[in-house]
Amino acid sequence: MNSLKIIFDRDTWQEIFGSISKNKTRTIITVIGVLWGIFIYITLSGAAKGLDNGFERAFKNIAKNSMGFWAQRTSIPYDGFKVGRRPIMKLEDVKYLKDRVGGIQYISPTNSLGAFGGTAPTIKRKNFSESYPLYGIYPVYNKITSKKVFDGGRFINDQDILEERKICVIGERTATELYEKDENPIGTFVQINSVYFRVVGVHKFNQGGFESEGDVFIPFSTFNKIFNKADRIDFMFLAAYDKEDPVAIEEEILTTLKRLKRVAPEDERAFGTFNIGEAFGRIMGFANGMTFLSIVVGIATILAGVIGIGNILLISVKERTKELGVRRALGATPGEVRSQIILESVFLTTIAGIIGIILASFILAGINAATINLEDFPYTNPTVPISFVLGALVIMVSLGSLIGLIPAQRAVSIKPIDALREE
Amino acid sequence: MISIKKLHKSYQMGSNSLHVLKGINFEVEEGELVAIMGSSGSGKSTLLNILGMLDNADEGEYILDQVPIENLDETKAANYRNKFLGFVFQSFNLINYKTALENVSLPLYYQGVKRKERQEVALDYLDRVGLKPWANHLPSELSGGQKQRVAIARAMASKPKVLLADEPTGALDTKTSYEVMELIQKINEEGKTILVVTHEPDIAHMCKRIVMLKDGVIVEDKKVKQVIASADVQ
Repeated sequence: MNSLKIIFDRDTWQEIFGSISKNKTRTIITVIGVLWGIFIYITLSGAAKGLDNGFERAFKNIAKNSMGFWAQRTSIPYDGFKVGRRPIMKLEDVKYLKDRVGGIQYISPTNSLGAFGGTAPTIKRKNFSESYPLYGIYPVYNKITSKKVFDGGRFINDQDILEERKICVIGERTATELYEKDENPIGTFVQINSVYFRVVGVHKFNQGGFESEGDVFIPFSTFNKIFNKADRIDFMFLAAYDKEDPVAIEEEILTTLKRLKRVAPEDERAFGTFNIGEAFGRIMGFANGMTFLSIVVGIATILAGVIGIGNILLISVKERTKELGVRRALGATPGEVRSQIILESVFLTTIAGIIGIILASFILAGINAATINLEDFPYTNPTVPISFVLGALVIMVSLGSLIGLIPAQRAVSIKPIDALREE
Repeated sequence: MISIKKLHKSYQMGSNSLHVLKGINFEVEEGELVAIMGSSGSGKSTLLNILGMLDNADEGEYILDQVPIENLDETKAANYRNKFLGFVFQSFNLINYKTALENVSLPLYYQGVKRKERQEVALDYLDRVGLKPWANHLPSELSGGQKQRVAIARAMASKPKVLLADEPTGALDTKTSYEVMELIQKINEEGKTILVVTHEPDIAHMCKRIVMLKDGVIVEDKKVKQVIASADVQ
């Protein structure tokens, strides 16, 4: 017998429909087992993917491999220096670092008031004044934590640095607090610590990272001039290439900095760091764990459902012993009987699986609709990769045929004469 | 058509061996209508099962239409059954969720006949047994006699060489029994070789030859004057 012929033969399917529609209640209960399994599998992995996407979204505006360094006080005497010295980072160190650590993609020296320490400067416009964190930065900063600048404005550029221009990019909140609703801040002037700055852009606040919606950015060179910092850097903000291991890069930079600043290599306190890449890796690891868990749980549930189908078919084969005996007396070969039972099993599992997938899609769509406007909830676009769905279908069809083998073998192991004798 | 030589069959019943057929020699010509008689335990059903390839003989020779039946595996037996034999059972053995028409076309399905042709042939056979109007009824909607006629149509549909009927009237009342026998006689008149196992003498006498079995051997094999079933009915 040609097995393809059996599968595509309309009569085969009529035989199968006939025998499974005979026992509707049993068929439905059986189907629910697998349906539930695939439903759990798809819902869980979709939810895990939503979580995954949610974390991705939370980090989307900050380079995933970004990290920051700042000087603290040494804790170990070294090279003739006493404990408690504060290493001083200078502009020339930036080039030094970039030359020595190949994994650095972008590096922006950053000075700040009011963000990590110091008093936030007062920003004044007309008769309104308020304190906002102020950053002196390089244009490349925008590559590390990308800012959306509203229409008509721009971010700080190289020329601003070179000419030490007194321009600033203000935050979304700053703009709403300092300006009237229909006023365009671009081109107007604000006073930062009594120095006039022209506003060139308004940046949209980004979720994630350490910034706030009131941050004001000015060119690094201007900052250092106004606050008398010469070429000193308080803070280095950088992004490593995506392929680099953030932990290793952090280690490499620390080692280089310690050597440069004559700090004991084992001194853990001389420099402070934060590493978004590492945190991101941990969170994504958690999300991957969730995905893995959902696959394991889902497949186990599917398995339980398929075993249920096998069990039911086994009982049904027992009940149909006589019918199968008649079929064989009429000329059905063992192969034909076997393939009929297996096809019944595969058909039931597949139908159950497809219904389960459809139901799960509705649930996921429902969850998506319920969470779509929750900005703080790390859950976005809960989708299941098509490969998961196809994989689940393949698993179901193969498990269905495997489990169908048992009742099928049982059906043909009874001799037709014994089957006919059965009352 | 059928030739059997020195057929032996025994069953293992626990530690005892039950010798059911003790050397049967038996020939059937084409177009014969043979009744196999005997009390229960005489081995008549076993003989029919072996003839029907539902059971294997322990020893002996069985030739069906010049084909030696030996070394049967299940697939080969199934193909031979499908090609050579039609079965009629005491309990009809119709598939209860299939209509009369579907039941009759089932052996053709296993022969690989195309759907449309199958339905035409099946309907034709239903017509011959007078059940064309019941083609789309389920067995549960038919009377006993009608069921057996559907079963006969099903047995005939695959155009077998031999029709084997195991107590075909065993579950029917006298009137219906005679109707069924009338049908069997009609089919025989058309040239079909038919073997009927029965323990009812009146049914046996509607055949052309009676073979008596007792304790696993043939004790009597005689040609008889056939009683025409339709005559009894009226």
